[in-house]
Amino acid sequence: MNEPIVKIRGLKKNFGSLQVLKGIDMDIDQGQIFALIGASGSGKSTLLRTINQLEEVTEGEIWFDGELVNQKLPHRQREAHLNRLRQNIGMVFQHFNLFPHLTAIENVTMAPLMLGRVNKAEAIEQAKKLLDKVGLSDRGDYYPSKLSGGQKQRVAIARSLAMNPKLMLFDEVTSALDPELVGEVNRVMKALAEEDMTMIIVTHDLRFAEDVSDHVIFMADGLVVEEGPPSLVFRAPQEDRTKSFLQQVFND
Amino acid sequence: MGLDFSILPAYADILWQGTLWTIALTVLSMVFSLAGGVVFAVLQLSRHAIIRWPVAGFAWLFMGTPLLLQLFLIYFGLVQIGLDLNAFVAGVIALSLHFAVYNSEIIRSAIVAVDKGQYEAARSLGLSQFQAMRKAIVPQAVANVTPALGNMMIALLKESALVSVIGVMELTLSAQRAISDSFRPFEFYIAAGAIYYVLNLGLEQAVRVAERRSAQYR
Amino acid sequence: MDFALIGRIWPFFAEAAWVTIEVSMLAIILGLILGFAAALASLSRNVLLRWPARAYVSVFRGTPALIQLFLLYFGGPQIGINLGPFEAGVIGLGINIGAYMCETIRGAILSVDKGQTEAGRCLGLGQAQVMRRVILPQAARMMVRPLGVNAIALIKGSAIVSTISVLELSYTAHRYISSTYKPFEMFILASIFYLAIVTVFSFGVKKIDERVALES
Repeated sequence: MNEPIVKIRGLKKNFGSLQVLKGIDMDIDQGQIFALIGASGSGKSTLLRTINQLEEVTEGEIWFDGELVNQKLPHRQREAHLNRLRQNIGMVFQHFNLFPHLTAIENVTMAPLMLGRVNKAEAIEQAKKLLDKVGLSDRGDYYPSKLSGGQKQRVAIARSLAMNPKLMLFDEVTSALDPELVGEVNRVMKALAEEDMTMIIVTHDLRFAEDVSDHVIFMADGLVVEEGPPSLVFRAPQEDRTKSFLQQVFND
Repeated sequence: MGLDFSILPAYADILWQGTLWTIALTVLSMVFSLAGGVVFAVLQLSRHAIIRWPVAGFAWLFMGTPLLLQLFLIYFGLVQIGLDLNAFVAGVIALSLHFAVYNSEIIRSAIVAVDKGQYEAARSLGLSQFQAMRKAIVPQAVANVTPALGNMMIALLKESALVSVIGVMELTLSAQRAISDSFRPFEFYIAAGAIYYVLNLGLEQAVRVAERRSAQYR
Repeated sequence: MDFALIGRIWPFFAEAAWVTIEVSMLAIILGLILGFAAALASLSRNVLLRWPARAYVSVFRGTPALIQLFLLYFGGPQIGINLGPFEAGVIGLGINIGAYMCETIRGAILSVDKGQTEAGRCLGLGQAQVMRRVILPQAARMMVRPLGVNAIALIKGSAIVSTISVLELSYTAHRYISSTYKPFEMFILASIFYLAIVTVFSFGVKKIDERVALES
């Protein structure tokens, strides 16, 4: 591994007068699984959303695959730049955000078709493979309203994978699910991790984070408090804030 | 023929008079349409079909037909039964009835929407049906209806222009008088439109204030 | 109630009802086109599109339709716009209802969850692509009923074109009131046609609404 696929330097983000990210540095290598943990309001979701520029940054640099993400560009050029970048960065949301007017398979084929990457037959074939991969080969013709939360989230993962991204972002993807549906989504993410996909996972599910990630970042108040391999961060935390956070969560 | 807005000041007086009549017409119709709306709403909630049905039929008829047609009915119809009202009174009656019907729909659904438990709680405290309505239901209903009623009142101001066709000398007809004297329709309709626009802005502000005030009971 | 009179003259009302339908439907189509264009323009980030759209909505919703109609029909010739009553009626009503429809359409577009845009953009689709394929299909479902309400208001509101002598229902009613002195009968006769038109139209809107709702 030479150049990291994601490189973040001195990242700051303000919402009005409120500073939610206070200077973040981060390097993610190809194939790494990062877990971002921390209390609500620690800035971890915001950090994730700056990587594909759903949130603009106030200061600092984000590099993805050797390219500066937050370049200052005229509107049109910036849009084209972002569209191109985002085609290589998949994102999965807490509330799925499936397109309710399209069937599961149409959700998966829409972007590749609209962006002219494949023809219709290829798109459908690929979508079937992906739905099979997430265990939903029999749900292709279902509209999202007819799917359970766990099934929706798995379709959403398949939809992102259809663009063959180099990086996947997961934003609390199991937080809105009933507890008994969390496992099926976690299994899909785990399988993806084993295929050497680069992933950044924002999660409250610390057991899953420990299980799947190879690098954990604990954030509080817009800063990285502690980071390292899960065995260290979870089993032998150095910082007091990490200790009290872990204690609190695991005691619940 | 080009445009010449410098002609307007010479007719400022007639436009001003028209504006005042439009305000009078609108304010009176607002008051009557709100009062009428409450009356119709209560009648439509009556337990007796003999009261409910005629009101419902009347509402259905007035909601399904144009205000202009209702204006003709009231103006010419009252003359026919021997009540030769002046056009202004006929205009106020028509606007009031027309908007009372719409207002009553808003008020009725607001009354129905207030939680039944509220009414039952009030009755179980020993309040009479009337007291329960007045103390428990109405204040909440008022907060809920204010935005929709406000929109109706804003519509009423604009629709009031229609009474010019039965000869009420309000703003629109005043503009027409000025036009028949000056032969400059474009300038005067722009002027009348601008005045309506300003009145409308003022009314919108008033409605917003009313909304804020009533929201505290929500 | 003079039924003999009603029996004799109702065919004239039926004919006039067709004119009301024609004027209304053409104005509704024009209003939908203007409303859509203005709604998209008002949501644009380009000030040169946004401001004129906002001004259009504000002015045409802030003044009486009757004044707008008179300005177009009587004032139009002063600036070189010469329209017959029917054309002026359609255009005047269409521009007016377009401003209301713009607000309806804009509201429906804005009510689509923000996450939908984010999901579309995250797949690498452009703003226009997301609007066309993600937002508008969802907004369309939400706007059918409120646009139907706008359209029904227009059908009733189309009565005002009688003032520029379009020979539609209200004009005919007014003319027969003047010649027969039977306002009540004429009102009922015209009302029957208005109620029939509005009822059929509402039924159509309901069917369209059920249809688009079914497709998910």
